[in-house]
Amino acid sequence: MKRFLPTLAVLLVLAAVAGTLRAPRNPGAYDVTGFGALPTLVNGRIKPLDTVARTSLLTLQGRQRLTAADGRRVTPEEWLLDMLFNPAVADHYAVFEIVHPDVLALLALDTADGQGGKRFSLHQLLPRIAELDRQAKLADTTEAPLRSAFQRAVLQLRNNVALYQRLQHSLAMPGARDFFDQLARIEAALPAGAGAAHGTGPQANLMLEASRMFGVMDAYGYLHTIAPPPGSPEGTDWQTAGAAWNAALSSGRVDPTAAAYAAIGRAWQLHQPEDFNRGVQQLRENFAAAMPAEMRKTGVEVRFNVAQPFYTSTMLYVLAFLAGVVSWLRWPQGLGRLAFGVLAIAFVLTTAGIAARMWLEGRPPVTNLYSSAIFVGWGAVALCLVIEYFYRNAMASVAAGLIGFATLVIAHHLALGGDTMEMMRAVLDSNFWLATHVVTIAVGYSATFLAGFLGLIYVGRGVLTRGLDTATARNLGRMIYGIACFAMLFSFVGTVLGGIWADQSWGRFWGWDPKENGALLIVMWNAVILHVRWGGLVQGRGLAQLAIFGNIITAWSWFGVNMLGVGLHSYGFMDSAFWWLIIFMASQLGFMALGGLPLAKWRSGPALLPAQRKPAAAPTLKLAGV
Amino acid sequence: MNESLRSLRDFFVSLKLTVALLVFGMLLIFAATLDQVNLGIWAVQEKYFRSFIVYGRFGEFAVPMFPGGYVIGGLLLINLVAAHIYRFAFTWRKLGIQLAHMGLILLLLGELFTGLLQEDFQMRIGRGETVNYAESFRDNELVLIDVTDPEFDEVVAIPTGLLEKGKPIQHPKLPFRVVPKLYYPNSILQMRPQDGPPSPATAGIGPQLMAAPQPITYRENERNVPTAFVELVGSGGSLGTYLVSTGLIRAQPFEHAGRQWKIALRVRRLYQPFSLTLNELRHDVYPGTEIPKNFSSRVQLKTADGREDREVLIFMNNPLRFGGQTFYQYQMDRSSGFTVLQVVRNPSWLVPYIACTLMTLGLLVQFGFHLIAFVGRRRAPAAAAPVSIPAAR
Repeated sequence: MKRFLPTLAVLLVLAAVAGTLRAPRNPGAYDVTGFGALPTLVNGRIKPLDTVARTSLLTLQGRQRLTAADGRRVTPEEWLLDMLFNPAVADHYAVFEIVHPDVLALLALDTADGQGGKRFSLHQLLPRIAELDRQAKLADTTEAPLRSAFQRAVLQLRNNVALYQRLQHSLAMPGARDFFDQLARIEAALPAGAGAAHGTGPQANLMLEASRMFGVMDAYGYLHTIAPPPGSPEGTDWQTAGAAWNAALSSGRVDPTAAAYAAIGRAWQLHQPEDFNRGVQQLRENFAAAMPAEMRKTGVEVRFNVAQPFYTSTMLYVLAFLAGVVSWLRWPQGLGRLAFGVLAIAFVLTTAGIAARMWLEGRPPVTNLYSSAIFVGWGAVALCLVIEYFYRNAMASVAAGLIGFATLVIAHHLALGGDTMEMMRAVLDSNFWLATHVVTIAVGYSATFLAGFLGLIYVGRGVLTRGLDTATARNLGRMIYGIACFAMLFSFVGTVLGGIWADQSWGRFWGWDPKENGALLIVMWNAVILHVRWGGLVQGRGLAQLAIFGNIITAWSWFGVNMLGVGLHSYGFMDSAFWWLIIFMASQLGFMALGGLPLAKWRSGPALLPAQRKPAAAPTLKLAGV
Repeated sequence: MNESLRSLRDFFVSLKLTVALLVFGMLLIFAATLDQVNLGIWAVQEKYFRSFIVYGRFGEFAVPMFPGGYVIGGLLLINLVAAHIYRFAFTWRKLGIQLAHMGLILLLLGELFTGLLQEDFQMRIGRGETVNYAESFRDNELVLIDVTDPEFDEVVAIPTGLLEKGKPIQHPKLPFRVVPKLYYPNSILQMRPQDGPPSPATAGIGPQLMAAPQPITYRENERNVPTAFVELVGSGGSLGTYLVSTGLIRAQPFEHAGRQWKIALRVRRLYQPFSLTLNELRHDVYPGTEIPKNFSSRVQLKTADGREDREVLIFMNNPLRFGGQTFYQYQMDRSSGFTVLQVVRNPSWLVPYIACTLMTLGLLVQFGFHLIAFVGRRRAPAAAAPVSIPAAR
C-alpha cells in the first residue's frame, strides 16, 4: 500500500487542480459571468469587464476578494455592476486600502473603522476628500524620486479615488437621480427631438441638460464600451457611453449597445434578473456577430481569470518544497516522488497560464516585469525537472519549489499596479526582439538563480543538518557547475542580442545603460565562477558560495537597476520593493558567511571532512570580494 | 629565461589575473551604474570606461581611486592574448574555448575602436524642410562666414577647443587673425545693466550683454551654452571684440576690406553630400490612450550628384543606413511638426557582430561537449538502477 501512496497523493492534487479549471458559475439568479465576458476597450486593449473588475480591485485594495459590510461575499463582477449602476451601494464597500498612519490621520480615520484595519469605503473618505486633493496637489509639485512616503501614499490614494470615480462614470452618471428614467424620457423624445438642444422650450431644456450630463460622462468615463459600428473605416475608436448618447442627441438614433447597457443597468438597479439576463444575452449575441474573434478571446480571458493558474501553482510549489525537504529526513523514495509529481503538475499549470497569456496578447512570454517574474520562475523549474530526472535526490525539487514560489509571489505584488497585459511602448513594440533578447535574458536569470539556490541548499543542508554527505555534496557541486555553464551561455547570448537590438534602434551596440551593465555583471560573474572552477581555485563549497553571490547580482540587475530611475530601461520603476531587495541581498550575504564557517562547525562537517582535504574556502572569499 | 622575466610571464598568463580583472571590472561597472544617477550616462562613460584612472573628488582634490576601463580592459586583453600564445595547442576539445576567447579579444578591440571612432550627430528637420547637415550633440564651433557672394557662403569653422586654449588663430582663408579672449564652456546671457562694469566686447551686440559663467551640465536633456569673447585683428589693427554664444540666435554681421562677413558660435555641423526632406511624420498611439505605438518619418533622400532620389521610411527599430552613416528616429514633436534623427558614424559597427557570433559559437561548442558527456555518463547508472517516477511518465 505504501508504495502507491505518493501516486495516490499526486492524483489527488491533480483532481484538485482540475477542480479549479471548471467553468465559472453564477452566484445567484443574475448572469454576472456572462456580463463579465463582455468586451470593452481600456488602455488600448480590448478586454472583458471581468478583467477590469479584478485589476481595479487589485489596484485599489491589493486583492480581488471583497466582503460587504454585512459579511456577504461580493464577486468582482457584482462589485463592478454596483460601481456602474448602483454607486450608492458601491460607495459603502470597503475597497480603498490605506495603511500610512499620516494619511489615515489626514482623513480623520482610525484603523478600527476599517475592514481588516486597513480597508475603507468611499463613503468614509468623502468628508475629507477635498483635503486629500489639496495634499495630492502639493505632492504633485515635488519631483517623483524626491517624494516622501507620505506624499507617495497620498498620491496613490488620490489616483485610486480618480480611477474609482472614472469607473463610475463609464455607463451612468453617478449622483444623477433616476438616471435610467431620464434616459428613457430622452429616448422617447428622441427621433423628433434630435438637435433640440439648440432650440428653446421644455424639450430643449431636457436635451440641453442631457447633453451636459453625457459630456461629463464622456470626459470622465474609464471604459470605452461602444464598439465602432461594423464596416466603419479602420482606425475608428471605441467610444464611451457618454459620447454615444451625445451622438444620439444629434442624430436621433440610439446606439444599440448603449441602449442595451442602459437596460442591463436598469434591471440591476431594480432587481429584475430576467430583464438583466435578457439584456446580457442580447449584448453577447450582438458582439459575437460583430467581432467573433474578440469574443472568443474575452471568453478565454475570463476562464483564465477565474482559474488563477499562477495562484494554484504558488500553493503547489510550497507543497513540493515541503515534500522535498521532509524527504531528506524521512522516506526519501516516496516523498521524493511526491515532490517531483507535484512539481510537474505545477509546471504544466504555469506553462498553460503563460501560453494563455501569450495567445491573448499575441506576444512572446515576457513583455514586462510581471511576466518576467513568472517566466524566470518557469525557466528555473523546467531546469530543475530535468536535473531531478537525472539525480532523483529531491535537491532540484526543493530549489524549484523555492524559486517557483518566490517568483510567483513577486509577480503577485507586481500585478498590483493594474492590468498586467499592457500595450508595448513604441521601441518595445517588436515581437522579434521580445522573443529573442528578452526571453534569453530571462532564461539566463533563471539559470543563475537556480545555481544560487542550489548553493543555498548546499550551505543550508551542510551547516544546519547532518544530511550532506560526500556523495551528495559532490552531486550538488556538479549541478551548480552545470547550471552555471547554462547560465553563462544564455546570459551572454541574451546580452549580445540586446546589443544588436540597441544597435538597430539607438545606433550603438553598447551604451553602458544601467540595465545593460546589470546583464554584463551577470555574464562576468558566471565567467568568474567558471574560471575559478576550471583553474581549480575552488571546490564544491567555494562554488556554492560564489553561486549564492550570483543571486545578489541577478536580483540587482533584474530589479535593482530599475530602482535607480535612470537609463533607457527604467520603465519598470517601483520603490516599495526596495527594502525587500536589500533584505534579500543581506540574507544571501549571510548564507555566504555561513558557508565560510570552518567545516568542523558544520553539522555535516564530520561526513564531509575527509573529502575536503584541500582548504578551499579562504581563496574563494578573497576572490568574491567579501 | 631569466627569473624575473619568467615571473612576469607567469603573472600575465595566469588564470588568477583573469579572475581578479573580471572582479575589478565588475566593481568598476557597478560603481559606474550607481554614479549615473549623479552624472548622466555620457560623463560616466568618460570618467569610468574611457579613462585610465578613475579619480574621486574630495573638495578641490582629485584622488586616484580605481583603475579605469582602459587599464582593466587593456590588461584583460594582454592576459587573454598572452595566455593564448603561451598555452595554445589546437585540440578539438578546446575548440569552443578558443573560439569564445578569440571572440572576446575582438569584442574588446571593437569597443576600443567604437570609443575612438564613433561620432554622434542629430538632424532636425521641420515638415517640408530640406536639410543637408547634421549637428553635434555636444560640440560647438566658431564660424566666420563670408557672405559677399549671394550665390554661396564661404564658411571657416574653428572648434571651441582652440578657443579654450586662447592662442591667436590664423587661417589662410581669413584676412584677419582671431584672438580668443575669454571662454565659458557654459553660461547664461543677460542684458547688461546701465551701471554694470564695462563689457570686454566692443563690437556687435556684445556690449549690451553680460555673460555669467555656469557649471558644465552633463544631463542628457540639457545643453551647455558656451560663450566666448574673440577679438578680430586685421592688418590695420583691431576690428573689435565680439561676444559670440550658442545662446544668440543670429550671426553678427560686420564688414572688412569691402567684404561682408558674419561671425557666430554655433553647434558643430557635419555637412552631408546629400539632403533629406521631411515629407511626413507620424506619431501613432494605441486607441483610446496616449501610449505611443510608433514614431515614423517619411523623408526624401537626394544626393548632390543626383544619382539617388528616393523616399525612405524611418521608424522605431528601423533605421536608414546610407553613406557610412545610420539615421535613427530619435525625437519628434508632432504639434510643431519637426522630427529629430540621430546620425551615427561608426566605421567599426560590424566588429561586435562578428565577435559575438564567434563567442556564441564557442560557448555552444564548449557546453555542448559538456552536456553530451554528462548525459552519456548519467545514462549508464540510471539504466542499471531504475527508479520509477510515475508522475513523470
